[in-house]
Amino acid sequence: MRPYLAVFEARTRMLLQYRAAALAGIATQIYWGVVLAAIFTAFFARSAAVQPMSLSQTITYIWLGQAMLALIPWNVESETRDVIRTGSVAYELLRPVDLYGLWYARVAAARFAPLVLRAVPLFPFALLFFGMAPPVSGASASAWLAATLGSLLLGCAITNLVHVSMLFTVDPNGVLRLTIPVVMIFSGSLIPLPLMPEWIQGLVAFLPFGGLIDSPFRLYMGHIPASDAWIVLLHQAVWTCVLVCIGRSALKRGVHTLVIHGG
Amino acid sequence: MSYSLHLYGRLILIALRSRMQYPASFVMQLAGTALLTGTEFVAVWALFARFGTLAGWRLEEVCLFYGMSNLGYALAECLGEGFDKFAQQVRKGDFDRLLLRPCSTSMQVAGSGMDPMRLGRLVQGGAVLAYAAVSLGGAWDWLEIGLIIGCILSGACVFVGLLVLQATLCFWTIESLEIANVLTHGGNEAAQFPFDIYGPGLRRFFTFVVPLACVNILPGAVLLERGPTLGIPAWASWGAPLMGPLFFLISLRVWEFGVRRYRSTGT
Repeated sequence: MRPYLAVFEARTRMLLQYRAAALAGIATQIYWGVVLAAIFTAFFARSAAVQPMSLSQTITYIWLGQAMLALIPWNVESETRDVIRTGSVAYELLRPVDLYGLWYARVAAARFAPLVLRAVPLFPFALLFFGMAPPVSGASASAWLAATLGSLLLGCAITNLVHVSMLFTVDPNGVLRLTIPVVMIFSGSLIPLPLMPEWIQGLVAFLPFGGLIDSPFRLYMGHIPASDAWIVLLHQAVWTCVLVCIGRSALKRGVHTLVIHGG
Repeated sequence: MSYSLHLYGRLILIALRSRMQYPASFVMQLAGTALLTGTEFVAVWALFARFGTLAGWRLEEVCLFYGMSNLGYALAECLGEGFDKFAQQVRKGDFDRLLLRPCSTSMQVAGSGMDPMRLGRLVQGGAVLAYAAVSLGGAWDWLEIGLIIGCILSGACVFVGLLVLQATLCFWTIESLEIANVLTHGGNEAAQFPFDIYGPGLRRFFTFVVPLACVNILPGAVLLERGPTLGIPAWASWGAPLMGPLFFLISLRVWEFGVRRYRSTGT
């Protein structure tokens, strides 16, 4: 375990240096949050029916989404991408560490550092000025933090699958173009999952992507009671295990047939 | 001027031909982009399925705004690629070469790239607008169809103008700033919905500073016979799309000012 933690720590420390860029990014997040909140407020304004989520909950959901944008597995880790494309993956195979674990540690850092850099400054803004509510209780807050960790682990397993697919395709863009829309729709980053049509809720609850964004956020606001947190964590854990196993066996196959590009 | 335009046409054709060298990849990426931008519309559709109306606007009406804005944005993204990637030219010092040539810098930068992949958004915007046209447009006459086309072109002017301003910033910052992206991508996101749902600050900003409302909801509301919108009378709404080309011309002036202030990075 030690070498992977060391990779994670070193990478995180390096990525935490980009603070100015993150601050500039926060202005972007605030703009999106304001626009999305206005859109949802307008939708709720004329609706007499009781919705599965109240307006104030939706607004909290939106701001959580802006603060924790980095949880979405929407890209590949740049070093792993370059290593595969240039053929230096040959060197990585020589290292006395597990390839899957190494890539996993790297992508974990590449998600964790931006998450901290964006979430920490954005939270006070959203709480003070933009109508985001604090966690409903201490229990909800800790359930949310645990589920956020679960989301991070799940997201890295998804991204690592894309990394492994690069052994076969070299260029990740094709696979990403197919996965991003699916992740966007079914994670709750486009619209909160409870507001999706009823007939699709079964599929939404089954797929792993809700564990990325939707269930941690709903734990935060008590939409899922803290006592049900174990269901969320179990769902995340099972899917993470499944995806890690698929990724590992695909990696084994990929390394067997690997052709090193470059020379 | 006509020489410039002729040259621009040549440059764009060359860029297009270079992108078409890999036709299979081109088609796949086009489909991918259409799919990706299509998911944005899924969200709108899902919200209407649940809520019925958006502050009194129906789905087909919002589709008119959505389609017009996305078509304009797609054209601008495609043709304004050179300005979008301009930071690279400044950082590497490549811009110095453009200054030596006897034609306008803005034309050369505009011609330096085009990204037909961005037309995937055009497919999506076109489909949404077609849906709006079929469900609303029974009574549109030629004048009104002309107004829609004018709005799309005018919208493209605003978005290209924003890309020009974003590129002009590079003269000072050298780096490209993520925040500049807010106005183009974020402006399109905002313009997909009727502007009257936003707070007064955003509304005024997008009417009088970055005139996206002028090329979208103001003429759109005339077509939908909504009466005065955003406090602007209907007769003014017919002329509002003219703000697009005006914004573009102003942004070119700012660009020229930036070019005079340019100092090479010296590589």
